[in-house]
Amino acid sequence: MSMKVKTRQVDGVTILDLSGRITLGEGSVTLRDAVRDVLAKGSNKILLNLGEISYIDSSGIGELVSAFTTVKNAGGELKLLNLTKKVHDLLQITKLYTVFDVKDDEASAVGAFSK
Amino acid sequence: MADHTTSRVSYTLDSSLASVNKVEQTAEEYAERAGFDEDTVPNIAMAVREAAVNAVLHGNAYDPEKHIVAAFETTTEDLIIRISDQGAGLNPETIPDPLAPENILRGSGRGIFLIRAFMDEVNFRQLHPGTELTLIKHRTPAQPGT
Repeated sequence: MSMKVKTRQVDGVTILDLSGRITLGEGSVTLRDAVRDVLAKGSNKILLNLGEISYIDSSGIGELVSAFTTVKNAGGELKLLNLTKKVHDLLQITKLYTVFDVKDDEASAVGAFSK
Repeated sequence: MADHTTSRVSYTLDSSLASVNKVEQTAEEYAERAGFDEDTVPNIAMAVREAAVNAVLHGNAYDPEKHIVAAFETTTEDLIIRISDQGAGLNPETIPDPLAPENILRGSGRGIFLIRAFMDEVNFRQLHPGTELTLIKHRTPAQPGT
């Protein structure tokens, strides 16, 4: 199963609802392209909703980090929303949990972006 | 119910992502059959997937002339998975620590770390050419304090 992305806008924030797997050769490329598309369209406030991500491997984790740095280097912000236990645990193990701004409520996540 | 029959099987596979998926799926089946719990099975499958990715991507570099071998063995004590490639060889001492501050924002380099995090033993062997990773998960975990 590959990854799917749905894009929507809420109060100036682009929310990417991701579902499926973020793995080498599957979701990782899809995620990279989706983030690039958002930046190319002039939006740099991105919220990745990972609530429907069933699986992520080291390539997927690397892609999340790359997305974070790409958006930051573009002067924007990238936050994570609705981590599953599996993804949460992986970010803890890899010490990335404190690197990302992780939220579990969409409204407060959107409100946390700088105006 | 854990199956305590000792069994062993090995596959010789192309250097492709399809092979990675097959190895991961086989690892999951072996881990379930060995009686690991629902939290441990996906961790074993992920560790084996990472080893297979290393073999296909970093070892064989997707070379269609090269193959990976994945061997699965259950003994009364352990689940043992060996993944080998025909690449230039991997020295585990040279792998940067992905938790080091200077590496934390790197977009790659976490595969071996995750393998070590999820398995009880990880051994590297140079094959000339190639590398064999042996991943071991104990079927009866040690009790706390022992």
